[in-house]
Amino acid sequence: MNLHEYQAKQLFTRYGVAVSQGEVATTPAQAEAAASRLGGDVWVVKAQVHAGGRGKGGGIKLARSVDEVREAADGMLGERLVTKQTGAEGLPINQVYVEQGSNIDRELYLSMLVDRGRERISIIASAAGGMDIEEVAAKTPEQILTAVVHPAAGLLAYQARGLAYGLGLDKAQVKQFVDLAGKIYRLVVECDASLVEINPLIVNDAGDLLALDAKINIDDNALYRQAELQAMRDPSQEDEMERSAAEHDLNYVSLDGNIACMVNGAGLAMATMDLIKLHGGEPANFLDVGGGATPDRVAAAFKLILSNTSVQAILVNIFGGIVRCDDIAEGIIQAVREIDVKVPVVVRLEGTNVDKGKVLLADSGLSITPADDLTDAAKKAVAAV
Amino acid sequence: MSILVDKDSRVICQGLTGRQGSFHAEQCLEYGTQIVAGVTPGRGGEHCLGQPVFNTMEEAVAATGGDVSVIFVPAPAAADAILAAAAAGVKLVVCITEGVPVMDMVRVKAVLDDFDCRLIGPNCPGIITPGECKIGIMPGFIHQPGRVGVISRSGTLTYEAVYQTTNNGLGQTTCVGIGGDPVRGMNFIDCLELFERDPATDGVIMVGEIGGTDEEAAARYIADHVSKPVVAYIAGVTAPPGKRMGHAGAIISGGEGTAAAKYAALEEAGVSTVRSPAELGAAMLEALGG
Repeated sequence: MNLHEYQAKQLFTRYGVAVSQGEVATTPAQAEAAASRLGGDVWVVKAQVHAGGRGKGGGIKLARSVDEVREAADGMLGERLVTKQTGAEGLPINQVYVEQGSNIDRELYLSMLVDRGRERISIIASAAGGMDIEEVAAKTPEQILTAVVHPAAGLLAYQARGLAYGLGLDKAQVKQFVDLAGKIYRLVVECDASLVEINPLIVNDAGDLLALDAKINIDDNALYRQAELQAMRDPSQEDEMERSAAEHDLNYVSLDGNIACMVNGAGLAMATMDLIKLHGGEPANFLDVGGGATPDRVAAAFKLILSNTSVQAILVNIFGGIVRCDDIAEGIIQAVREIDVKVPVVVRLEGTNVDKGKVLLADSGLSITPADDLTDAAKKAVAAV
Repeated sequence: MSILVDKDSRVICQGLTGRQGSFHAEQCLEYGTQIVAGVTPGRGGEHCLGQPVFNTMEEAVAATGGDVSVIFVPAPAAADAILAAAAAGVKLVVCITEGVPVMDMVRVKAVLDDFDCRLIGPNCPGIITPGECKIGIMPGFIHQPGRVGVISRSGTLTYEAVYQTTNNGLGQTTCVGIGGDPVRGMNFIDCLELFERDPATDGVIMVGEIGGTDEEAAARYIADHVSKPVVAYIAGVTAPPGKRMGHAGAIISGGEGTAAAKYAALEEAGVSTVRSPAELGAAMLEALGG
């Protein structure tokens, strides 16, 4: 789960990490009032969306008067922001964050994340802040500094100092950095964050470190023990179909193609998408109906994939282990009858009770195309559109 | 022969009295697995599926001589269950539970270093040595004793590979579902090492997927240490990037982690790769000389 910048900065403040003074606003008038309260003569108005690349997409505006703050907020609120991470339709801007402007002396980069290769939390720092960090890593890997934390010891001061000296900080800043890194590490562990990223972490004209941006991802598996963070969830930033899928315990991801898939198991679901592509088609979605697929859940899955109007064919691919093929077949029949499916449906069933399932489909009188194996199924689905 | 488990494995089921635990343990028993005890705190002294239930892993091991544990407890209790099993002295822990917080697994992996105990999972289908011992949730009937070792990060996709090698007569020595979580127990390399040493295994099928760099690491290991033929498929060529992981994850992997990078690494190591999971069985048959 992603947090907004303003939510992440609230957490930073709670953990004692220095950020610029700022307030969140949902109307231009609120934004203007926030700027007056914050004081100063320069502000930054930032669109609150769950995506990076906001600056280039027009989601971060500098304002030199409270009128300019109001105008910038007015130009963003209610609009959709398109960045290189959002896709063409963009994400809705329902809040802006109004922040005091900072005088930037240096821009650094700092992140902490669960490093799956090392099976530990890794810290990444770079003197090349404010840029696309993947690009920095690819072009100038020597500018990427890392430290790996043992969970029993926690982040040790020598590790943080090593990074700080590597960033070329002065004596007072090294002390600030060690303190800040320790606080961020505590946040990562206590909040079950899979990623905390500060880009840029600035040195301001007073020589102090300040988190200018804040990105936090929370491990979905840990939300059961992070009730307060879970309450920060913003459904408006999520794909509507993915959200409705989650309500039915279905694992769904929207894609751009026209062949919908319904599969049991995440690996097989990915493989089914790959097969469609391999045989010249374009998958419309990833959909894992899971291990406990009941007829009702199959029917819900059908309704979901058909609510995508680009779908021109449906490929059902089930390898029954715990799931029984006859249950799946009943679900398909129920769904096709109930919702008047107008596109071709190709079904490949294998595994537990496969013969019963095939008979049910054949006897249903519905126009369902049976397929013998994976390849046959993909070819028939591609041929059907 | 086989790896890790066989007909003599004595299995203790943590969470046996739960709905998931009793459902799957019953199928394991029907398959012939020796499930010798269950552990559910507070239910000690009861019986479930004809097996004694204990309050602690320590008691269960002492009373039954169990050497493998299979875990079906809810996610919040999974990390504790894994370490309780390791501390009680079992040599293999198979954690089926899905949804375990990654921070819990980071701690578990660090503590496991202190024990002579292997972990499979979490979030995995388990392990099976066909005809001898099934520890997990896979459909037993698609397996057949034979010559191929199977290692997979995905459940149902494993079944595809298994079913194909059953249908073409190769059969399997042992199939290990290592699970799809970012921080987990045994990896491709751990299993490859065991299959290389197992005289009954003639070839290995690897089913990987996008994310992380375990397949790349396995490729380097295969080049240096594995003499048996390996066939691999990687799921997720068409998966949209960035859907799960924030972009900082890509820094460490430095361009690795995509299906293309994994295929390239495996091919460079001499692994036969297939672009469709439907070809895994045929490719293994070919690699073993038809």
